[in-house]
Amino acid sequence: MALSITALANPTRFLGLVDRAVPWLAGLTAVLFAVGLVLTAQSPADYQQGETVKIMYIHVPAAWLSMFTYGLMTVSALGTLVWRHPLADVSAKAAAPIGAAFTFLALVTGSLWGKPMWGTWWVWDARLTSVLVLFIMYLGLIALWRTIEDPSRAARPAAVLILVGSVNLPIIKFSVDWWNTLHQPASVFRMDGPTIDGSMLTPLLVMALAFTLLMLTLHLLAMRNEVLRRRVRAIGLVTAGGAR
Amino acid sequence: MSAMLALYVREVRLAVRVGGGALMGVLFFLIVVSVIPFAVGPDLNLLSRLGPAVLWIGALLATLLGLDRLFEADRDDGALDLIAGSGQPLELVALVKALAHWTATGLPLVLAAPLFSLFLAMTPETIGSTMLTLLVGTPALTFLGSIGAGLTVSLRRGGLLVPILILPFCIPVLIFGVSASTAVQFDPAAFHTPFYLLCAVSLVAAVTGPIAAAAALRGGLD
Repeated sequence: MALSITALANPTRFLGLVDRAVPWLAGLTAVLFAVGLVLTAQSPADYQQGETVKIMYIHVPAAWLSMFTYGLMTVSALGTLVWRHPLADVSAKAAAPIGAAFTFLALVTGSLWGKPMWGTWWVWDARLTSVLVLFIMYLGLIALWRTIEDPSRAARPAAVLILVGSVNLPIIKFSVDWWNTLHQPASVFRMDGPTIDGSMLTPLLVMALAFTLLMLTLHLLAMRNEVLRRRVRAIGLVTAGGAR
Repeated sequence: MSAMLALYVREVRLAVRVGGGALMGVLFFLIVVSVIPFAVGPDLNLLSRLGPAVLWIGALLATLLGLDRLFEADRDDGALDLIAGSGQPLELVALVKALAHWTATGLPLVLAAPLFSLFLAMTPETIGSTMLTLLVGTPALTFLGSIGAGLTVSLRRGGLLVPILILPFCIPVLIFGVSASTAVQFDPAAFHTPFYLLCAVSLVAAVTGPIAAAAALRGGLD
């Protein structure tokens, strides 16, 4: 298993690794989701919010993953621009739709949670707005990739845009501290320890781990598809050239 | 330095002459401003309150829609390759081109804003503050937009893509610009904080915009 990041520049070796890793990752994801959902069902209802608090076990992991995925894309963009790693662009491109899906999930579950708790589907509050901007940036990046036909030409422009867009990540993270928002401040990752009770923290962390593994599984599969898609494109170009 | 000055003069000249489209932005600005009252109704009190926001939205759209030609025309006739190969740093080229573009398209918007604000029944203080914020803020829009123009330089149909990619980054400019402009109506002292933040955003954009645009151009040129 001594595969360095340079050895993975060989797509065939990478595909071999994906084939070996995906069954384990997918299995672990399924087990964690099963455990997490049972724990969620058993977790206590909130004394104020009742059963609607259980939206949290979907909403919070989805929101974390929406930012984690963009962070992964930022690292991939650095990989494209600095090290010219051939798989970095594949990784960024494969991550964008997954990140957009998690962001969408976070926005929708937040909206569903906001209606009974805040009395409104949507407020123009700093946290909600910055996450909406993240969603729009994901869609813009996908649009950029879809506009440029040659994937190798799209790599650098997309990487530049990803890096510029990464300024939004700290804004999202600290929006609840910098502005007075309706959205509550962080209650899990805090300097003075989590303020959320253990009976809710455990299922939340299990669900977050399950979401993360799901994201990694989907990401590896999407990367494999992208590598294969590029091979098909290259073969198509070669045969089209040969026929001429 | 003289090369950069020559580039600046060339860009401005190209923009203001026939086919340059410098005044197209002002015309578009006028149309956006005059369409808004049809949508919200001719209530002068309401328009007066919305005035700075309407002017800012108009200036934002007028700036962004003109940006797709920033590098494209020079790429089409090969001038961009010559400029890139001239040994001048591409970051500086992007900065000068953006500045020239702002002189030709952004500055007319700022100068036209007081005239158009009469349509919106704005008070003299708000007209002054809006003009000042536009003067400080529109360069930021151009610098940020130059990133989009650099990203889409090699595309056939990059037109609508530039606003899609760049509008999210323009949100801070819009927030501080409009809040500084409207603050004057209620409390002149509240003008300073958002105005200084707007200045800061403009300065940051003047640095990051050309660097990112140059990085994007290098990707698009080879």
